[in-house]
Amino acid sequence: MSNLDQVFVTLLHWVVGLVPASLQPWVSTLVIILAIMTVFGTCFALTTILERKILGRMQNRYGPNRVGPCGLFQPVADGIKMLTKEDIVPFSSDQVVHFLAPLVLTIPIWLAFAVIPFGRNMTAIDLNAGLLFFFAIGSASELAVFMAGWAGQNKYSLLGAMRAVAQMISYEVPLVLAAVPVVMLAGSLSLNDIVQAQSGYIAGGLPRWNVLTPWGLAAFIMFLIAATAESNRSPFDLPEGESEIIAGYLTEYSGFKYALFFLGEYMGLFAITSLAVTLFLGGWHAPLPVLEWLPSWFWFGLKFSALIFGFIWIRATLPRLRLDQMLSLAWKFLVPLALLNLLAAAVWHWSGQCRLFPGSMAVRWLVCAAILVFPGIRLGRSLNGLSATPRQYRYAK
Amino acid sequence: MPSDITFYLLAALTLAGAVAAMSLRNIVHCVLCAAGAFAGLAGIYLQLNAEFVGVAQLLVYVGAVAILLVFTILLTHGADVKLGSALISSGWKTGLAISALVLVCLVVPVLTSPGLRHEAASGVVAPMMQKIGEQLMGQCVLPLETTGLLLTAALLGAVVIAMNDKTAAGPKTGVPPNHEAGKEPGLR
Repeated sequence: MSNLDQVFVTLLHWVVGLVPASLQPWVSTLVIILAIMTVFGTCFALTTILERKILGRMQNRYGPNRVGPCGLFQPVADGIKMLTKEDIVPFSSDQVVHFLAPLVLTIPIWLAFAVIPFGRNMTAIDLNAGLLFFFAIGSASELAVFMAGWAGQNKYSLLGAMRAVAQMISYEVPLVLAAVPVVMLAGSLSLNDIVQAQSGYIAGGLPRWNVLTPWGLAAFIMFLIAATAESNRSPFDLPEGESEIIAGYLTEYSGFKYALFFLGEYMGLFAITSLAVTLFLGGWHAPLPVLEWLPSWFWFGLKFSALIFGFIWIRATLPRLRLDQMLSLAWKFLVPLALLNLLAAAVWHWSGQCRLFPGSMAVRWLVCAAILVFPGIRLGRSLNGLSATPRQYRYAK
Repeated sequence: MPSDITFYLLAALTLAGAVAAMSLRNIVHCVLCAAGAFAGLAGIYLQLNAEFVGVAQLLVYVGAVAILLVFTILLTHGADVKLGSALISSGWKTGLAISALVLVCLVVPVLTSPGLRHEAASGVVAPMMQKIGEQLMGQCVLPLETTGLLLTAALLGAVVIAMNDKTAAGPKTGVPPNHEAGKEPGLR
């Protein structure tokens, strides 16, 4: 069991052992970087084809099926196409910023993977402020999106960039607030400690994952909504809005730079999904004691894939939001509910200290759920009221 | 030493960014260079094992302040504004004197503080985060809350000023509605 579980760690030690001692830290770092880039690069290629396949299936068509068996080599063809396309830099654009933007977007997102625990003993850097580091490094992508939009020197790019930045700033608040109760109850910002806090099982054989508590479930759903918006995915894909602002900040990008943006978008999705798995789904822990024999990285991968499938499903299901709906969802629904969720988490924590009577668990559940559900319904109704009044258009009639 | 190389790279990034932020003509370029300088500084903090400060620097300066500057520029001047004819302001002597004074005020207390006499203890970074949290929520909670209140007040004030500027039907704040005429906010 432990052999299979630690196979990658053993492999790393073996590779590092091959080189002289003075080079070992460098080689170890390089091998870890290569491993992360290979695994998630492959994930990226697979996700692009699977997303198109699943979307096709859900829309009652085949999806790509020409290149290779079942269209599986489609990512290779896409990659060759992207690499060989002409790289067009508009004459009036800001050349340097235009060149830098895709890099500034992609590099921090790769760095974010450094703090994620992918399995037992499989964290690249165990930072004390791991969670904070993740959010801090993610905030650099806002600047990159602005750079991309501004460098194009046309109004659609700039409008798209401003939309994207407004959206990212708005949804960063509920994203972080949804993660706060996890930090409060784990008592640490280190992602390893947060996974550790979710180990073990409660009496019924259920795992002690955060998602199986009332506040954890609410925070998980809010986190997923905010994550969808942060990674600019449908139904929050208005920064790209092909039909409205001709792909927004991507308007002036072609060829490999466009591919880098595409890559950055998917990597952002992978990173934030990994974080969701770590914070709420128990990280690499198995769901049942009898399933402990399967390796930890397998469980991480399984939860990760399930969430990615969920994101694809959402993309196939929901239509795009309007700008005002998107912003009011963040500020008038998610942020107040996330703040209430802090209260629910506190009630859950303190009521757990005293075991008064046998059914106290059910009472705790009901009380915490009531704190969230009733205001949630109320807030949701007020959101409905928004569209009841006719919208005032300033520039279009 | 790899850590020396990293330090010199980060220091070069910070200094180059700061110099460029002061000397470039295009104001958006200045902001981007300043963001680079902030990021370099955050890297130096991280290298010194001051994880919290480094990460907070990234989060606040690169994530928030740079974006705020960008928004401010685009909403007020428009990015295509030409900076003044001279690159160096005519009041550079005053500026130099003030910055020298600030530098002295910062350097003297740091150099004379007893904290510097101690050898930096290595490997005790682990409880740092918790200590900062406990201090902020315990002993320093009053200054923290006061700062928060002050910032909220400043934010509200900024909103009131901005609203007054936008339409004639803005709230009555005692400021004449047509002050700063000709500065229409809007994306250009």
